[in-house]
Amino acid sequence: MSKVKPRGKVPKKATIDEVIEIKTLIRHPMHSGRMKDKDGKNIPRQIINSFKVDFEGKEIFKMKLEPSISTNPYIAFPYKAKKTGTFNFEWKDDIGNTYTMKRKMTVS
Amino acid sequence: MKTIKMINISRRNAIALMLGTAGYIMSSGIAFAGKEQVLKRIDEITKGKGAKELDIFLDLPEIAENGNQVKVNFEIESEMTEENYIKNVYILADGNPAPDVAKFSFTPDMGMCSATTRIRLSKTQNVVLVAENNKNEYFITKSKVKVTIGGCGG
Repeated sequence: MSKVKPRGKVPKKATIDEVIEIKTLIRHPMHSGRMKDKDGKNIPRQIINSFKVDFEGKEIFKMKLEPSISTNPYIAFPYKAKKTGTFNFEWKDDIGNTYTMKRKMTVS
Repeated sequence: MKTIKMINISRRNAIALMLGTAGYIMSSGIAFAGKEQVLKRIDEITKGKGAKELDIFLDLPEIAENGNQVKVNFEIESEMTEENYIKNVYILADGNPAPDVAKFSFTPDMGMCSATTRIRLSKTQNVVLVAENNKNEYFITKSKVKVTIGGCGG
């Protein structure tokens, strides 16, 4: 299996009360449990089932993912910049792996 | 009269029968969620209250060439303050093996209620969006997507 790698794009700088867009992408096969491999065997379900974003320890956005989400889940959402701080992104998959990523933003 | 007795099957039943047979032949072993299951899920989400139809901006392609990657973008007008904000948004699809696609949970910190993701659609179907605000009111909108190549490994 290729390595699971989270990626994210957060503006480094923002002005106060500006609504920014945060984009994230994680490289993950998202096996729905319905696909078959080359030998015709079922590939067991293995998906990212939850995504969570904290800003300075406070939860701002959460998402529950089902097998109907595409391979390499892409998620974009807005955020109203209030202060300088760090975003914590967290993805969890079916077999208990957790992937995290941190992004800093300066607000002036 | 015999002729009248023959059309005893109501029109609704006849259509259901026809659709059922066609669906059986086409699906050949793969079960799809179907409209009823989506309605059931909407009922579960709204706790039987039902949802108001609202003009929500739900951006989906009219025709998706590849059902594996269908971009979904929605935007709901909301103040996004502690007193009045959209709490949850559910995306459902009536032609996929399972009705649920995603659930988004928003907070007032976000400033506006919108999100983008990519979903799989196994065939031409309706994508339904159910939004819930902090006052437990529900809103619904839907959009039909034509899919050329299915995206569920079927």
